[in-house]
Amino acid sequence: MGTINIQKTKSIDQVNTQERVSRLFSRSIKKESKMQALYLALSMIDLTTLEGKDSEGKVKQLCYKASHLHYKHPGLPYVAAICVYPPMVPIAKKELAGTGINVASVATAFPSGMADINAKLDEVKSVVDAGADEVDMVISRGRFLNGDYDYVSDEISQVKDACGKAHLKVILETGELVTLDNVQLASDIAMEAGADFIKTSTGKVSPAATPPVVLTMLEAIRDFQIKTGKKIGMKPAGGISTAKQAIQYLVMIKETLGDDWLSPNLFRFGASSLANDILMQIMKQSTGQYQSKDYFSID
Amino acid sequence: MSQRIDIQKTYKLFIGGKFPRTESGRYIKWTDKKGTTVVNICRGSRKDFRNAMVSARSASNGWSSRTAYNRAQILYRVGEMLEGRREQFMAELTLQGLTNKQAENEINQSIDRLIYYAGWADKFQQVFSRVNPVSLPYFNFTLPEATGVVAAIAPDDTSLLGLVSIIAPVIAGGNSIVILASESRPLSSISFAEVLHTSDVPGGVINILTGYRSELIEHFSSHMDVNAIIYCGNNPDDQKLVETNAALNVKHVIQFPLQDWSNDKHQSPYHILKCQETKTTWHPIGV
Amino acid sequence: MTKKQIWDYSPAPESTDHIQLKDQYDLFINGEFIPAVDGKYFDTINPSNEKKIAEVAEAGKADIEKAVASAKKAYEKTWSKMHPKERGKYIYRIARLLQERAREFSVIETMDGGKPIRESRDVDVPLAAAHFFYHAGWADKLEYAFPGRATEPLGVVGQIIPWNFPLLMAAWKLAPALATGNTVVLKPAETTPLTAMKLAEIIQEADLPPGVVNIVNGAGETGKFLVNHGDINKIAFTGSTDVGKYIMKSVAGSGKKYTLELGGKAANIIFEDAPIDQAVEGIINAIFFNQGHVCCAGSRLYVQEGVADEVIAKLQKRMESLIVGDPLDKNTDIGAINSKMQLDKIKMYVKLGKDEGGKIHQTACSLPKKGYWFAPTIFTDVSQSNRIVQEEIFGPVLAIQTFRTVDEVITKANNSPYGLSGGVWTDKGSKIFKVTQDIRAGVIWANTFNKFDPSSPFGGYKESGVGSEGGIEGLSGYVNLV
Repeated sequence: MGTINIQKTKSIDQVNTQERVSRLFSRSIKKESKMQALYLALSMIDLTTLEGKDSEGKVKQLCYKASHLHYKHPGLPYVAAICVYPPMVPIAKKELAGTGINVASVATAFPSGMADINAKLDEVKSVVDAGADEVDMVISRGRFLNGDYDYVSDEISQVKDACGKAHLKVILETGELVTLDNVQLASDIAMEAGADFIKTSTGKVSPAATPPVVLTMLEAIRDFQIKTGKKIGMKPAGGISTAKQAIQYLVMIKETLGDDWLSPNLFRFGASSLANDILMQIMKQSTGQYQSKDYFSID
Repeated sequence: MSQRIDIQKTYKLFIGGKFPRTESGRYIKWTDKKGTTVVNICRGSRKDFRNAMVSARSASNGWSSRTAYNRAQILYRVGEMLEGRREQFMAELTLQGLTNKQAENEINQSIDRLIYYAGWADKFQQVFSRVNPVSLPYFNFTLPEATGVVAAIAPDDTSLLGLVSIIAPVIAGGNSIVILASESRPLSSISFAEVLHTSDVPGGVINILTGYRSELIEHFSSHMDVNAIIYCGNNPDDQKLVETNAALNVKHVIQFPLQDWSNDKHQSPYHILKCQETKTTWHPIGV
Repeated sequence: MTKKQIWDYSPAPESTDHIQLKDQYDLFINGEFIPAVDGKYFDTINPSNEKKIAEVAEAGKADIEKAVASAKKAYEKTWSKMHPKERGKYIYRIARLLQERAREFSVIETMDGGKPIRESRDVDVPLAAAHFFYHAGWADKLEYAFPGRATEPLGVVGQIIPWNFPLLMAAWKLAPALATGNTVVLKPAETTPLTAMKLAEIIQEADLPPGVVNIVNGAGETGKFLVNHGDINKIAFTGSTDVGKYIMKSVAGSGKKYTLELGGKAANIIFEDAPIDQAVEGIINAIFFNQGHVCCAGSRLYVQEGVADEVIAKLQKRMESLIVGDPLDKNTDIGAINSKMQLDKIKMYVKLGKDEGGKIHQTACSLPKKGYWFAPTIFTDVSQSNRIVQEEIFGPVLAIQTFRTVDEVITKANNSPYGLSGGVWTDKGSKIFKVTQDIRAGVIWANTFNKFDPSSPFGGYKESGVGSEGGIEGLSGYVNLV
């Protein structure tokens, strides 16, 4: 078992956190600043498909889109990564060869995490062997809520070891942790245990990424950096579908963690439909005309 | 057979739960209407007032942090003790010019007034507190809270009832008080102090001085540690002086014109509120 | 990969094309705009660029006579005779009209006073409308406000308001006075007269009977005429403790009533078990809201030793993200200092703080060349005996001390002639009740700061004032109980 003595120490006030979010989100981002933010947000997307009905064809389409966001608007960045289920890793890897776009795979009995540790480690090893650049694991929420923090920590450490060179994103599934106090504690555990990124949600549980949760995690990352000097990445996922939301999160990162985190190396959006809304906004900004969804391919 | 010589009462001040003579060594000769009874009353000085203020301030926090139930019981106890000393007060009140009937009424009403405010001590905060429905996710509540130390110039035309009617709401509300007794009818005030002394009122909560209004009103109203000043009377110069001096440290000013204190309309929880501050507290509601 | 371009916010100025401002404003007396008797005007300027916005009639003694006479007549002839229900409807009208024109009022408030548009838009104007709305409903329900008693209005009320929340203070004053059946002569501060004049337009538009509300501009002299006028029944004042004391002396012996909202030097207390990040944000809101031009500002910070280094480090970092500049920019956090005079006073205190040995830290923000500006400032290494700890600065200047025990910090918090507000941050419920109970101040924010609501009474202990505003307690200052 882990030796880290983990206990609840700090507390988070929910109402004040919500007020801070409201204040951050009231920033007005216009003109060049908006355009720059839209490009930046595009480059931070983990274009995601995590459906039981996912097919080879759908993953191929998604991969194509990842590097060809919109034919009418040349010069757009690529998204940061494609995020898929384990069986799709080889396909994605092949489709994205040479693009520089990473392949991320969920693992560890995503989304529930309800599996034996050895099964989880085997799954991680297999996706890494198949070429996944990034692994998105889920924590054992049942154990966490039960107060068995050592188990949660130990599990993450083992998964981290199994990842090898692949980057590890740890999904806290904050919708099941309920309180911000828990979110902070889980963030601390994940970072201490070796997470490269911490991520809010699987997208399968409601609520997914809420702004107070994201702010709490960003503050945990900031405090971790103060304590250890390490920069941990952040990935809100689920429920982020508009350019406006994306820009609001960029404001939150900028004012909480600073400019270093305004990069796909340290920040990602886990989203499926966000890219299209950003594209619509980019077209609107450059043409001056409001756009229709009919002109943007759904994948 | 030689006649027994009466033991005459020495009227002293009441400060910090003790009965000191005035530090100034001065006295006022008080004579009844017939001119037969002569009493030496302490002519309290500004230093006596200062000492009383020190006592009142140091007693203030302890008194206000007692439970309302405890304050109520102590006020009730004062009423009980007064009831037991009727005869003494009858003698003094008649000596100060009341008829037997009037004296009896004054004692009855004084006791009743104490019981009235004893009853309010553990209720006024309940009646005048509220939860305010603010348009934000906060629990917000307002309650009256003792202002601290009150300096009072008691009504001059009544010896006991006026004194009691001023003191009771002030201390029911958790304040301490320094009060200047009636100048023309001072006797019962010191006897009332004896009642207080035997009725669990902590020392310093109530301090009673005797002396000249004209000499002390300046100090009562200008002292920088007084939170509220009560003035009873109709003298416009006094009123103006009190209000002007109150500005020195923004004291609350409460004025009672000459009035018939025996009328029940002069007892009210709103009198308690006059020496209360309003405190509002906010706290977020969340998890 | 080339060095990443830093993403920053472009200017986002609020548009001013929709506002209607005249070059000249007169006095609002008896429902009409009329020039001052002696024809005097003074300029009101934009403190962020020192440009003149408009000129405003300066009321002299004769004008005050007129205004009070008109208020008295309106009181006797119409307002006190009107059914309370109808009085309420007029006040509702004002609330609605203010809501409709909220954006215009926000912009003008920001231009005239220098506060960020974010605050005038999100705080001042909506709260002002809320005050009218809340109090309107009281007009015909006063019998429920004071158990066992009926109420009667006082008559003509003179109201003098400060420059830090010009419209909001006008609303705080007018709404309860009108709801309880009084008529009013209101004097706004001389550096911020414009939103009150715009409010006069709304009052006219609402068809309020002439003379019920009269608005006269001017500085201290004008205020004196108002305070000393024989037909005024009550003075309601918000401003400095010195002027409050002057008013008390002036009205002594006159039988006039008064309520006073005066200065403050609030203690904001951070315990080790506080939610630290939220507490840091609370410190920011407590002292930098409205450039620190707030009587209840948390200007004395007490941090428990165990977390002092962390809190101060985080505070300094957070301060760097405060955007100081054009008040009309929607992203501005800290606007302009309201006047040259106030700026000089702040500078005087900051110099004093340094001379007395305090360690100063200011943000690295660049300040505009024109206008009146002061960078967010904190002092450490100060003690109770420093003047910057004792006296109200009324600017973005925070004095920080540390403490060890609860008793110690309560003693220090109460060691002030003021007692307006206070803050306490801790995760422990029983400690909150202990500390909020022991702090001698009228408004205590526990795990929050600088929150306001029309239903929530606001007022100070000790030299911070007499009486409350807001809620039922606020009504009591405008009625006789019978």
